Amino acid sequence: MISTAPFLIFFAGALLAGVTRGLARSVLMVALPIVGAFNLYAMGEGVHLQLPILDYELTIVRADRLSMLFGYLFHLAAFLGIIFSLHLKDTLQHVSGLIYAGSALGAVFAGDLITLFVFWELMAVSSVFLILARGTERSYGASMRYLLVQVLSGVILLSGVLVHAYQSGGIAFNAIGLNGLAGWLIFLAFGIKCCFPFLHNWLTDAYPEATPTGTVFLSAFTTKVAVYALARGYAGTELLVYIGATMAMFPIFFAVIENDLRRVLAYSLINQVGFMVCGIGIGTALAVNGAIAHAFNDVVFKGLLFMTMGAVLMRTGKINGSELGGLYKSMPFTAGFCIVGAASISAFPLFSGFVSKSMVMVAALEEGHPLVWLALLFASAGVFHHAGIKIPFFAFFSHDSGIRVKEAPRNMLIAMGLAAAICIFNGSYPWALYSMLPYPVDYAPYTWAHILTQCQLLFFSALAFCWLKLTGLYPPELSGINIDAEWSYRKALPAIARWIVSVGGAIRLNALTRMQRRLERFLGQIYRHHGPEGTLARTWPTGSMAFWTTLLLCAYLLVYFF
Amino acid sequence: MISEHLPALQVVVPLLGAVVCAFFTRGDRAWFVALVVSLAMPFIAFGLLLKVLHGGPISYALGGWAPPFGIEYRVDILNAYVLVLVSVIGAVIMPYAKRSVEHEIEADKQAWFYTIYLLCLCGLLGIAITGDAFNAFVFMEVSSLATYALIAMGRDRRALLAAYQYLIMGTIGATFYVIGVGLLYSMTGTLNLADMANRIAGIENSRAVLAALAFLTVGISLKLALFPLHVWLPNAYAYAPSMATVFLSATATKVAVYLLLRYFFTVFGVTVIYADLPISEIFLLLSLAAMFGASIVAVFQQNVKRMLAYSSVAQIGYITLGIAIANKTGLTGGIVHLFNHALMKAALFMAIGAIFYRIGSVKIDDLAGIGKRMPMTAGAFVVAGLSLIGVPGTVGFISKWYLGLGAFQQGWWWLVMLIVLSSVISIIYVGRVVEVIWFRDVAPASRRAKDPPLSMLLPMLLLTAATIYFGFDTVLTAGIAELAAEWLLAGVR
Repeated sequence: MISTAPFLIFFAGALLAGVTRGLARSVLMVALPIVGAFNLYAMGEGVHLQLPILDYELTIVRADRLSMLFGYLFHLAAFLGIIFSLHLKDTLQHVSGLIYAGSALGAVFAGDLITLFVFWELMAVSSVFLILARGTERSYGASMRYLLVQVLSGVILLSGVLVHAYQSGGIAFNAIGLNGLAGWLIFLAFGIKCCFPFLHNWLTDAYPEATPTGTVFLSAFTTKVAVYALARGYAGTELLVYIGATMAMFPIFFAVIENDLRRVLAYSLINQVGFMVCGIGIGTALAVNGAIAHAFNDVVFKGLLFMTMGAVLMRTGKINGSELGGLYKSMPFTAGFCIVGAASISAFPLFSGFVSKSMVMVAALEEGHPLVWLALLFASAGVFHHAGIKIPFFAFFSHDSGIRVKEAPRNMLIAMGLAAAICIFNGSYPWALYSMLPYPVDYAPYTWAHILTQCQLLFFSALAFCWLKLTGLYPPELSGINIDAEWSYRKALPAIARWIVSVGGAIRLNALTRMQRRLERFLGQIYRHHGPEGTLARTWPTGSMAFWTTLLLCAYLLVYFF
Repeated sequence: MISEHLPALQVVVPLLGAVVCAFFTRGDRAWFVALVVSLAMPFIAFGLLLKVLHGGPISYALGGWAPPFGIEYRVDILNAYVLVLVSVIGAVIMPYAKRSVEHEIEADKQAWFYTIYLLCLCGLLGIAITGDAFNAFVFMEVSSLATYALIAMGRDRRALLAAYQYLIMGTIGATFYVIGVGLLYSMTGTLNLADMANRIAGIENSRAVLAALAFLTVGISLKLALFPLHVWLPNAYAYAPSMATVFLSATATKVAVYLLLRYFFTVFGVTVIYADLPISEIFLLLSLAAMFGASIVAVFQQNVKRMLAYSSVAQIGYITLGIAIANKTGLTGGIVHLFNHALMKAALFMAIGAIFYRIGSVKIDDLAGIGKRMPMTAGAFVVAGLSLIGVPGTVGFISKWYLGLGAFQQGWWWLVMLIVLSSVISIIYVGRVVEVIWFRDVAPASRRAKDPPLSMLLPMLLLTAATIYFGFDTVLTAGIAELAAEWLLAGVR
């Protein structure tokens, strides 16, 4: 059968979407992922496209079970995201969304590190428009910070790849492992995209500032490509177990006190990715299967939750928990879908999170990481708390905010309905998903032990929420900005600076002003020499040109002679 | 057979073409002659390249006088590559030239412009093809004198000063060159480069030969605008007619680099250059100074043409960096950057020339929002600009890849970092222009502008497409550059 590189279909589609309008574009965009999925099916596994460049053979398309699964997943995510954004008239968002999805596909099918790098950067550049398109000042700032971090990740990746290619002579993208500089550099690059603790701020900063539809796209691709890359390059790296456990835990605290509901979801995104990273770190067949399956489910239910919040934001113009409430009256369907998403992310039995999250946790126990298991258990309870209860509760129930709006547009409802259906299907009949996983699955999700553990966890967590809420101990939703690791540069540095100033105030010549003065002097020097009137930039008199030439000749003569 | 005389034709045809052009008074007829001549050049050059690739170096005795006494034209892999570069650029830009020259040069001087242009082309091709040290000087003077005149034809009054300064500096450079050749002649008794290389063996370390090398290095460095001898270049490029800037930026400095390589590697030899003398260190220092100094200056420029000129100085730094790295990969990077830089800089100057054609200004403030009025031109500028930065998928990346890899092989980690860092500066100066032309509101000066006529647009887009194409298919560029580097380092004399 005829097939082509998966990303090409999306790039061609982006081109066509740029020149079509209205219904034609809608039909084109909806058809695109379907055509793409058929293409993927026709393509099958194997190496499909190689391109010699420099001294290397680039493997542009390499399909195996792992990349195929992500390939189908991204087609599904693109399909849902496209339907969700059909009502838009914004060409920029449509085109950049398609290029972004295509780049993500290119990245997961990249058979070598250079191709991976190219798509890695393309993803960064194309996705930033989804944030910029919001058009607010805050989104502009966030998008620039986002771009900076993403491009930085790409540059680190490239330097790692260079070292790797130089040391091992190969650029094939297979298991890399944490040995040597190359391994660490690439690990760091993946880690930035994957939101390792302290490297995660770009996500919680930028995703909530994107457009209602843009966040749905963003949540599906970037972090999942990173999860894929980790699974390919660093499966079984023990460090990842602890990083993953940390990632699963720390966002909980921030999510609980956060007011912007999409930012709550951004934190919970990191928390879910933590489960995947942990599974990859454990590295057994069960754990990796669990991580990948969870990535699949997470794309769908996290996408669903972002969709519901996007619909709320679009209809009401508000997204802070403190300003919303009682929306179930005006947006009943959205509220229903949100509950399905919430149930899935909290891993209720019969919902999709349940069948994949527990795989990672069981694997953690089996491999002798009881502490990690406890951490994940805590994280699960936390997820239920902030994503499972908080999101639907504050948006759709709680105190009635008096906001009366129309239900979400039909295309949004269809997208959310499809996502919800997939959540329930995967949760009730996980074997379809299991059959696609990289390793054969020998795991039964629905044992009494699993169900009971999970129900206990959920009920006690719900109890805690109710008790806190009734006794008024629950942290109130404040309309402020919560700052986590950004604290280091948004608060700590200025605070230290202030401290230095206050100390230095007494001594007069303190280090800071001296540094500032030195910096100013340095920039002044650069400007003096390089600026328009600088020595290097202005037109020299002919005589001094000739003089310097002679001087240089003398210098050469001296050097050559001695 | 005519194919035996290809080496002579490569030089004689443009020379005769120049003479024919001089008889015309109407610009369009002269243009037609120049077009025909320029289009013929790549065929000859590719013919020579193919012959060299299959049959090894070609020796052609001019006028039937046998070398080493007669003048020998000698074509090997390195200068066949340079000939292809110069003649292809010359051919591609000719369709572009017509409208641009009509716009910028007074009607009665247009025929002269093409005459001089063909003389310049003849001189550059001559430097590349000749195997005779003094003959190279003659061609150097032919091309230089033509260049002074080309620059002086610029509309801007500062063009005169720029041409005058280049005249002085170029003459000093040529004088140094001829002094160097004279010293070598006195020591070896020959002017034939191949012969000279043989006879120099054994006396490499004599004072006179070293002095000759010093004079040659400075003289040629002036021509190729190696930092800090670049000071003539920014004004010359900024105020010359657009067409002249496009041609000179893409070819003139490249031919000078070729001449330097020729002397360094085939006359003096690898041992003298790298083992006996600290040329690697000197060039490293100067290249880095060019890469950073000129790039930072470019960041602050208000005149986009002048900014691109400074960026040229910086890019020449990358080329000479290849000499400094002193291994096959690094040298390949330098040589391939000759070609790659010619492609992208020609495309960039063409784009800015097209903008000048429409709005009559190259000031950055007047360019605001022009992307909305001249999307193709501005698009070409962005793509070629990305190549200047070295984004993967463009030719700029290929050059930097080889340079970086060469530095790695030498164990110079810090140099790789510096190459990346200097690319960051180019992001700033390219990005600054891109931001202005695409994301600002349309300036009053460019409200009526639209993309230039096809005759200007197509050559520009062709070169832009080439910067992408050769970013993937590197057989022709990097493949030949690698062969050339291997050949140079093998110390073939």
